[in-house]
Amino acid sequence: MSNLICVFGGIYNNHQSLRALLAEGDALGVGAFYCLGDVGGFGPSPDRVFPMLRSRDDVFVMQGNYDHSIGNRLEDCACGYVDPRDNHFAQISYDYTLARTHDDNKDWLRALPTEYRHVWAGQRVLMAHGSPRKTNEFMWESACPDGFLEYILNEADADLLFVTHTGIPWIRELPSGRRVVNVGVIGRPPNDGTTLVDYVLVDTDTAAVTPRRLSYDHLALAQEMRDEALPEEFVETILTGYWTTCLEILPAKERARGTY
Amino acid sequence: MLSDLINLDTLIARAHERAELPPPTLAFNHLDVLWLQVTGTLCNLACLHCFISCGPKNDSHPFMTLDQVEAALTEAGQMGVKEVYFTGGEPFMHPEIRAMIERTLEVAPLSILTNGILIDDETAAWLGQTFAKSRYNLDLRVSLDGTTAEENDAIRGRKTFEQIVGAIVRLWEHGVNPVVTVTTCHTELSDPAGRNRFIDLLKSRGITQPRLKFLSPFKIGREERRDEGYKNYERLVEGDLLEGEEDDLQCSSCRMVTAKGVFPCPILIEVEEARMGDSLKDAAVPIKLDHPACYTCHVEGVTCRT
Repeated sequence: MSNLICVFGGIYNNHQSLRALLAEGDALGVGAFYCLGDVGGFGPSPDRVFPMLRSRDDVFVMQGNYDHSIGNRLEDCACGYVDPRDNHFAQISYDYTLARTHDDNKDWLRALPTEYRHVWAGQRVLMAHGSPRKTNEFMWESACPDGFLEYILNEADADLLFVTHTGIPWIRELPSGRRVVNVGVIGRPPNDGTTLVDYVLVDTDTAAVTPRRLSYDHLALAQEMRDEALPEEFVETILTGYWTTCLEILPAKERARGTY
Repeated sequence: MLSDLINLDTLIARAHERAELPPPTLAFNHLDVLWLQVTGTLCNLACLHCFISCGPKNDSHPFMTLDQVEAALTEAGQMGVKEVYFTGGEPFMHPEIRAMIERTLEVAPLSILTNGILIDDETAAWLGQTFAKSRYNLDLRVSLDGTTAEENDAIRGRKTFEQIVGAIVRLWEHGVNPVVTVTTCHTELSDPAGRNRFIDLLKSRGITQPRLKFLSPFKIGREERRDEGYKNYERLVEGDLLEGEEDDLQCSSCRMVTAKGVFPCPILIEVEEARMGDSLKDAAVPIKLDHPACYTCHVEGVTCRT
């Protein structure tokens, strides 16, 4: 089996970027794809991503907070927003996704595991959604000091931690030599003014982690979102690369990079 | 919000019976949040709603020394603290505030709760440079209690409105986007229409990314005299906490350090019995939720975090 692993998160119904990711991974000879959760939300036509995720035996999907909510038919996504405007837009995409996700796919989401563990190159590897201790905890680069990350790794018995949930990627090597990697998401760009999305490749022989940026047919996705009458604010993010919603959860440093 | 789930009639009817019951005990999970009362209870304003009666003459908690701040930061860093908050009183009254800010940002992200009055152009420029070069996030939370001078000044004092808004604009112009924090003494301010009034105000002053936080008032300190104190049924007893609520209550993951020692949260520093000792490690123990203010956190889901 290939020593190359793809780790990604936050599909957000974006079947266009998921298709591009799997194609790029196949071309690179990736041996396994790990999705850290949040299959739904934001994008169009939720059921279109499931055949790609469920038909391949080299794709492993973990349950994020969104998947837990959709799988259990809850009333909201439990994303952890605190601002009324953020919650307003989150509820639009949640209601849309809940109504259009087939029951069989909901049951599949409900049964997903909540973490993956491996040992690669002698390092204890942990994959979680938000943080190892809480599914919807945001781990932002500017909000996670070294001491806190060392504590999280100690508590989780891990040397190399992968998370997603925030939507903005980063990699930190700690004073102890251990690492934390937020893989970003493939569902929407990271508020940086590009239309690219993010994932990482891991070499399991060396535990080297390489951040990657992925282009996909974002114009087609934007058209589909309009066809589905999703908010124009969501479409704008796909077309411009700047977030228009979920803004109040951003720390000031991450927000300062965007327009809104 | 839990307030939707609480049956007030039942609480009132059972007030005498509940008075005999013990309060809930809350475990301590981890020191996520360190609060530092850097200027104690000394403030350049004397807002009518202040829950710890801060003002120019209240030195019941004096300024912390730089050494005291260093000691708390060192201990908190060893415990894996996630974020630090400065409050008071008014933090920018402290002559060593800049050294405290720089030292803290070496350890963790920092939020400073301020009334903005002392943030002149030079201070705003320094904060902007510090924000830009800091590895960790720096937030300024500037308190404003109305969208007009009439509304705000009735709570925060005469002629404070324009001074506060001026500070918000100066911070924005120097690259720091402050969180405008509103205590909802005027309850309508937290309604959608009220929020929009703040957004309109900030946009009219050139701030294109308005950030807002709304806080419920606590009925203690000067606020107890302004409005009214807690009723006899407004207390917590064993069994009141809902499933999962323990982790949401901020005192399960925060501690407050003042010049006089360690307290469970930012609200209770004037409650002598609430003092937990001299070190953060000593204070990493369960607490009793036996103060009426605990009821506000329970009912309103209050967190002092940004």
